Amino acid sequence: MRLDPSTLWLTLLGIGLGTFLIRFSFIWVFGRGEVRPEVQRVLRFVPAAVLSALVLPSFVFPQQAPFSPENPRLWAGLVAGLVAWRTRSMLLTIAAGMVSLWMLSLL
Amino acid sequence: MSTRKQAFLCGAKAVTPILLGVVPFAMIAGIAAIKVGFTKLEALGISYIVFAGAAQLAAIDLIGRHAPVIVVILTALIINLRFFMYSASLAPHFSGLPLGGRGLLAYLLTDQAYAISITAYGGGRREFRHWFYFGAALMLWGVWQTATTVGVLLGGHIPQAWSLDFAIPLTFLALLFPAIKDRPSLVAAASAGALALAAHRLPCNLGLLLAAFGGIVAGCVAEGRGNDAA
Repeated sequence: MRLDPSTLWLTLLGIGLGTFLIRFSFIWVFGRGEVRPEVQRVLRFVPAAVLSALVLPSFVFPQQAPFSPENPRLWAGLVAGLVAWRTRSMLLTIAAGMVSLWMLSLL
Repeated sequence: MSTRKQAFLCGAKAVTPILLGVVPFAMIAGIAAIKVGFTKLEALGISYIVFAGAAQLAAIDLIGRHAPVIVVILTALIINLRFFMYSASLAPHFSGLPLGGRGLLAYLLTDQAYAISITAYGGGRREFRHWFYFGAALMLWGVWQTATTVGVLLGGHIPQAWSLDFAIPLTFLALLFPAIKDRPSLVAAASAGALALAAHRLPCNLGLLLAAFGGIVAGCVAEGRGNDAA
């Protein structure tokens, strides 16, 4: 990690302050606040879009490596994806992915 | 007085079933921070200052990949945009409380605290609702910080060969499926994923922001089409 300590702390404070203001927003200005339906419509896609954009590259191109079918993270991610889809359990998803990765790395 | 306490304890009790999912998530957040080179103090700092697991993990991941500060902050805040909805939804229940109290309740706001409280708010005595929320949210906060601390202390002792950094995308994966609730959100996830793969060579992890934005637009378009057809 190349970030120097003061930059790192400023980054954390920036995220923390921004996050707090988002959380406080409507609670602060008090409640007749409904988020306008158009905005709500857009916001509801944020989790699915961001999470998917975070997940896929780390399975397909781990550590910026070029695509390779021999990359164990690709297959471990696939197994974990099936488990996540069927069980919706965080514990089982992590367990399935980690165990698959360890087994594939031993091959 | 005793009714306040009852509402508080009720809230604390209501979250116990979800703690099983929170504990490993928090431990991984602690371990991951150490793994990318945070000091113990910095790893605990992010947990207390930000207190939002998915955003913390994304920030840790990006800092580990040497992304520019602005990309780190923007990505974390985009992930946290959903709190606008929770804030708006809870605000009427907290009206009339002093500013400091509302600030504290806002800091403690999480997906789980929101979900538990808003379902419980269907019934129950109106005047003690914020105590129920406070009990649930504070319980989650305490368990989150404790489990993160355990992760931070363990972090340095876990061998690199265990590849525990892989637990970060796995955690996101586990959160992804519940977020796909219907066809438009599936379109949003699929488009964002495809864009992220196509754009992964863009400098500074800008591909992530582009992909998230594209996925959200695709979701909106898919929803508009569905409405027209209906």
